[in-house]
Amino acid sequence: MTVLLDRNTAVIVQGITGRIGSFHTKEMKEYGTNVVGGVTPGKGGASEQGVPVFNTVKEAVEKTGATASIVFVPPPFAADSIMEAADAGIRLCVAITDGIPSQDMIQVKRYMRRYRQENRMTLVGPNCAGVISPGKALLGIMPGHIYQPGHVGVVGRSGTLGYEAASQMKELGIGISTSVGIGGDPINGSSFRDILELFEKDPDTHAVVMIGEIGGPQEAEAAEYVRNHMSKPVIAYVAGLSAPKGRKMGHAGAIISAFGESASEKVEILREVGVTISPTPAEIGSTVQAVLRKAA
Amino acid sequence: MDIHEYQAKEILAGYGVPVPRGGLAYSPEQAAYRAREIGGNKWVVKAQVHTGGRGKAGGVKLCGNEHEVYDAADEMFGKRLVTHQSGPEGKIVYRVYVEGAVHILKEIYLGFVLDRKTERVMVVASAAGGMEIEDIAADKPDTLIRSVVEPAVGMQAFQAREIAFGLGIPGEHVQKAVSLIMGCYKALESLDANMVEINPLVITEEGVIALDAKMTFDDNALFRHPSIAELRDKSQEDSRETRAADRGLSYVGLTGNIGCIVNGAGLAMATMDMIKLAGGEPANFLDIGGGATPDRVAKAFRLVMSDDNVQAILVNIFAGINRCDWVAEGIVQALEKNPVHVPLVVRLAGTHVEEGRRILARSGLPIIRANTLAEAAERAVQAWKNDVNLKQPKAVA
Repeated sequence: MTVLLDRNTAVIVQGITGRIGSFHTKEMKEYGTNVVGGVTPGKGGASEQGVPVFNTVKEAVEKTGATASIVFVPPPFAADSIMEAADAGIRLCVAITDGIPSQDMIQVKRYMRRYRQENRMTLVGPNCAGVISPGKALLGIMPGHIYQPGHVGVVGRSGTLGYEAASQMKELGIGISTSVGIGGDPINGSSFRDILELFEKDPDTHAVVMIGEIGGPQEAEAAEYVRNHMSKPVIAYVAGLSAPKGRKMGHAGAIISAFGESASEKVEILREVGVTISPTPAEIGSTVQAVLRKAA
Repeated sequence: MDIHEYQAKEILAGYGVPVPRGGLAYSPEQAAYRAREIGGNKWVVKAQVHTGGRGKAGGVKLCGNEHEVYDAADEMFGKRLVTHQSGPEGKIVYRVYVEGAVHILKEIYLGFVLDRKTERVMVVASAAGGMEIEDIAADKPDTLIRSVVEPAVGMQAFQAREIAFGLGIPGEHVQKAVSLIMGCYKALESLDANMVEINPLVITEEGVIALDAKMTFDDNALFRHPSIAELRDKSQEDSRETRAADRGLSYVGLTGNIGCIVNGAGLAMATMDMIKLAGGEPANFLDIGGGATPDRVAKAFRLVMSDDNVQAILVNIFAGINRCDWVAEGIVQALEKNPVHVPLVVRLAGTHVEEGRRILARSGLPIIRANTLAEAAERAVQAWKNDVNLKQPKAVA
C-alpha cells in the first residue's frame, strides 16, 4: 500500500502541451505512472506524448476515468485549473505551478469546501515537487532514480532539499514508501499535518521524515498531531537556522513574521512532542537510520 | 512588494479611508511650499522610507512654521535612516511627506493580514495604538481583537461594527470607523495586498483618521495590478537583491563571508545552516532555481562576486531533472569567462554526478571538490579561513 497514489492511479496532465508539461509527462510515463490523457483548452483532439488531449477536465475524466491530475498551468490561470479539477471529480491534484497569488489560493481552498469531505479533492502544492511512490508511480517532477522503495514516509516543503534527504537515505540503504512535497507557498493544499495523518494510517509506512522550514504555523500544527495521534516515529529537520527575521527566503512562505516561526522555535516545539531532530541537513539519513535501529 | 506611506494613503483614500491633508516633496523648498498649500499652523514632516520605526530614528518631525518644515526636510533628505527595523545599512531618504498635524484624542492599532492558520484575511485591532503589533501581542495581548473574513462573501459590516465598538470608539464616530475598516479591507482584497496596517488610527474631535498607513502587496499578483507594480521604489531595496530579481534569481544579502550558489530554496537555506554549523557565516541566500542552467550559474557567480565581503564561494547543486554534467559544464564556462579570485568549493549531487565531477576535475580550474553537503560546508569554511590567514600577513607587510 502507498498513500495518495499507486501504479494503477489514472492521471491526467493539466497544461500537457506546454514545454514543461510535455517534458514531465514523458518523465512520468517512463517512471511507470499511468498517464491517460491531458488537458489544454482549445487543443482537444490532439495527442501529446502518446496520450489524448481534451479541452476540459470534465471531458478528460469522462473519457479516461482519470482520478488524479497534475497541474503545470501558468500562475495566472492555475487556480482556475485546480478548481476545474475539483469540480470534475478528480480525487488527487498535484499543483506544480510556482507563483499563484495568495488570494487565488484562498479562493481555491474555499471553493473545495463546496464538496462534502468524502468527495473533496486532495490538493498537494502548489509550488511543490509533487508525490512519488518509489518503484510504483510518480506524480511530480522529482528525479525518480534517487528514491529507493521502502517504508519511510517523507514530507517536506522543498524540492531539492527533499532530494538531498532521499539520496542520503538511499546511500544508507533506507527506502521510501511515499515522498510528498507540500510546496513553499504560504497557503497550500495539504499541510504537514494532513500528510502525517495519511502516513500514520498507511501500514506500509513505518516512520516519517518531515522537512520543515521557517515561516507559518504548519510545523506547530504537525507537532500537535504527533503528540495526540502519531504512533510511528517522526524525524524532522527545519531549514533556515541562519535566516534573518522578516526576509523572504526564496519560497513565498519562507518568512519569519510571527512568534514560533523561526527554525529554532519550530525545532523546540517538535522536540517537545518527541520528534527526533536531525541536527544538520547532512544528518537526515543517519538520524533516520538511528531511529529505525532503535525501533527495531 | 512594499510601497511608501504617502502611496498607501493615496490608495486608501480612494477606498474612502480618511487621511490627513498632505503633499509629497522632493526638496526642502517643496516641503515648505506644501505646508503653505495644506494650510493650518502645525505640520508633520515624514521621511518616506520602506521601514518602520521612523519616529525614534528622527524620520518624523512636528513643525510649527514653514522654516521649521524647511529645516526638518533639509535634515532628512539624503540621510541614511537607520531604525530598529531597517537593518544596520538603513534606508536613504529621497522623498518626504508633509501633512497637516492632527489633534489626537486616542490612538488605535488596526491591521489586516493573510492569516496562514485560517488561510483567510484576518483583522487585528487593539485600543493600545501607537505601539508595534509585536509589542502589543507581547505586553497587552488581552487588548487584541481578531476577526476573520469569510472569503466567499468578503468582510461584512457587522464585523467592522464589532471591531469599532470593541475598540471603544465613541458612538458618534462608529459609522466613520466602520467605513474606514471596510475601506481598508476592500483595498486589500481588490489590489491583492498581503497586509494593510494603520498604526495609528486616531480618534479626533471630528472623527477617525489614518495617521500612518502601510501596505504590502503579493509579488505573485502584481501581474494583474500594473498601477501598483509601478509604485515599486528600487532606491529602497538592496541593489544586489534588485539586480538578482531582475535576472530571475532569488537572492537575500547577509553579512557573512561565504557566498552561496544553490538550486532550490530549501536546499539553499540548508546550505546556509551547514556553513553556520561548520563555523562560518553565509554572505547570502541565493536560489538559482531547480534547473540550474549554465546561464543562471554564470549570472549567479557575477552576483555573488559583486559582494565585496565574499571571501569564499560554495556552489551546491542537486541535479534532479537537470544533469550534473551539464551543470559542471556551465560552471566551467562561467569560470573561464569570469575567473573567481576567492576559494571555490563545488558540490554536485544527483543525476550523472560522476560525469559532472570528472568535468570539474579535467577543467584544470582551481575548484575544491566536495561530495557531500557536510564536506562542502567544512571545506568552504576551511578554505575561507586559510585564505584569510594567508592574506593577513601580506596586508600587514
